[in-house]
Amino acid sequence: MLEFQEVSFQYEGEDFAIIDRLSFRVEPGSFHCIVGVSGCGKSTIFRLVNGLLRPKSGVIRVGGVPVSAGKRCCGYMPQKDLLFPWRTVGENVALPLEVAGGCSRKERAERAGAALRDVGLAGCEGKMPGELSGGMRQRAAFARTMLTGQELLLLDEPFSALDFLTRITLQEWLLEQWQRHKKTILFITHDVEEALFLSSSVLVVESTPIRCLREIPVPAPFPRDRKCLARPEMAELKERLVAMLRKQVAP
Amino acid sequence: MKKACKGNLPALIFLLALVMAWQWGAMELDAAYILPTPWQILQKLWELRGPLFTVHLPATMSVTAIGLGISLFFGLALAVLMDRSPLVQKMLYPLVVASQTIPTTTIAPLFVLWFGYGIWSKILVTILITFFPITITVYDGFRAANGEMQELLLTYGAGPWETFRLVKIPCALPYFFSAVKMAVPMSVIGAAIGEWLGAQQGLGYFSRRMMTQLDGAGVFAPIVLLSLTAMAAVGIVELLERKLVRWRG
Repeated sequence: MLEFQEVSFQYEGEDFAIIDRLSFRVEPGSFHCIVGVSGCGKSTIFRLVNGLLRPKSGVIRVGGVPVSAGKRCCGYMPQKDLLFPWRTVGENVALPLEVAGGCSRKERAERAGAALRDVGLAGCEGKMPGELSGGMRQRAAFARTMLTGQELLLLDEPFSALDFLTRITLQEWLLEQWQRHKKTILFITHDVEEALFLSSSVLVVESTPIRCLREIPVPAPFPRDRKCLARPEMAELKERLVAMLRKQVAP
Repeated sequence: MKKACKGNLPALIFLLALVMAWQWGAMELDAAYILPTPWQILQKLWELRGPLFTVHLPATMSVTAIGLGISLFFGLALAVLMDRSPLVQKMLYPLVVASQTIPTTTIAPLFVLWFGYGIWSKILVTILITFFPITITVYDGFRAANGEMQELLLTYGAGPWETFRLVKIPCALPYFFSAVKMAVPMSVIGAAIGEWLGAQQGLGYFSRRMMTQLDGAGVFAPIVLLSLTAMAAVGIVELLERKLVRWRG
């Protein structure tokens, strides 16, 4: 589904490439979390895939097609919900359709309504974003991402600003959405427990510049519930991951 | 409505106290040609209602409206142009900012020399006073537009005009209304200055004529009318703003 081939990227004004000849691939229908310490370059990987940044060298392919071809290839959901406060929730969710064009206003409204029902926000089309709670806003943002119609979804710490209970509820909800829609999801987080609960395997950023992503399979079958986190092998893996990340943080 | 009245109560009481102090002071001074009482001004306003409302107010309002309209049209166009083209921005922005330091009132007499006593010399003063604040405020509004929202649209495949339409214009709308609210009283002032310097009609002209006749209340009456009109116009803009920029609460 997604393939990095010897990709390098360097920010202007920095003297080293933050991503240095990175290669990895992601299979269709999988759910991977990328974990790493803050500022390690996780989000840069996403920005390369969604075309906001251009690699210095190397090739990125989504579904076999190089992303440099300038075609949209993924649904991107940033950390902030970025719902436009001047549009209703329905109009916000329909934004990708409006930009893509070829859809009548009525059709857009219908599809936005269906997408909102799908994320458990039936009847919220006419509300303004300010009337929704933090968790509801993230679900609306997810519905908007779904309406990009892309198979690959890039979720950049979407739950990090939420309180603990809302966060774990939305994690369970996201797994259910993934199993239902069979999308390929890449999910950035710095929360090791979140990564273990969500993903089929964790991709760890072990150092900056990023030269490789270390893939660690999560030993728990789907569908999952939170109890699986208490199993000894999961607890042990969590400790291992925490130890790997702590090595990179100066005391 | 009731709430708004209650919120403005301290200001209203203070205003009433000021007017009463003025009335008392002017009565003590007893020199209406220098300082008329508020009551005398109101009386004058009523006495002169014919020429004030049918000749001079419409004359000043047309100068204001035309001047403001032209300023808005070209100010918005220039703001959009500066936002779209870095070259235009680099070329014009410093000039626009620097031009604000020109004391308009001192060069306004030249306009009368150039354009005569007709309407255009007044319109030019109005434009000169309002054009640059509108341009700069709206341009700053475009600059302040949320960058992350624009990036999100780019990932949906939006082009530059689409992000402009979907993000920049809504983000700049509150700035636009601030600019208009600022420009409305300024345009009235501009029109009045123009009329003071040389005109055949208008509230500024009328006020000046009364001055030569040493009619204190007659000088104040058109000024009161000017202020009230400007306040009403700002009120209308505020209503529009509340309707169009609802998300600001």
